[in-house]
Amino acid sequence: VSLLTTEAIDHDALIRQVLRSSDGAVVFFAGVVRNHHEGRAVEAIEYQAYESMARKEMARVIDSVAREHDEVRIAVVHRLGLLEVGQTSIAIACASPHRAEAFEACRKVIDRIKETVPIWKREIGPDGSSWSGWQGESVAGGRERDA
Amino acid sequence: MRIRLLLFAGVRDLVGDAVREIDVPDDATPGEVWNELVAAHSALAAHQIPMVAVNEEYARPDTRLRENDELAFIPPVSGG
Repeated sequence: VSLLTTEAIDHDALIRQVLRSSDGAVVFFAGVVRNHHEGRAVEAIEYQAYESMARKEMARVIDSVAREHDEVRIAVVHRLGLLEVGQTSIAIACASPHRAEAFEACRKVIDRIKETVPIWKREIGPDGSSWSGWQGESVAGGRERDA
Repeated sequence: MRIRLLLFAGVRDLVGDAVREIDVPDDATPGEVWNELVAAHSALAAHQIPMVAVNEEYARPDTRLRENDELAFIPPVSGG
């Protein structure tokens, strides 16, 4: 399983990777590039990663959720590089015999990835670009984190 | 001693390098390396010290670095 890619993410392939004949549910989550952020237009997003550490942290998140939901099979892939509006930046597939666990596991995976995995996005709009969470952060002011 | 310094996102843009091999005093800490970086790049002074990773693991800014360690400054992450 490759956790990081610079290619377009194949949603169906990710689902096929986890789905077994004993499963009654597969929950699929895709994070996509939207055309606005905090009132400003967004035309594209560049994703950058500390790739070796990001792979470790993503594997750690998957392991932690899999331990809490031992019937759920989990696959995740995050895209890096320049993405346009509407393109998938992250995809998560969680397959399980029953839906409740699959929903819960999928939610945990995306929430934990956003907390710890060293990946950064630079939002590019008509007026320039900025790294999320960095521009507004300063010694004097608070630290703004948007998800 | 020599360490490898990795810079990302906003820090990388302000410093101008992704990777640097740097010489630091024995037992230097990430906090001290950050202060040196800020001294050389005043634009960083507006920012708090980011999270720190040593050899691909999150670490405290007062960790003692060792020869050949890989130190990374991790500004607020925004994956997903």
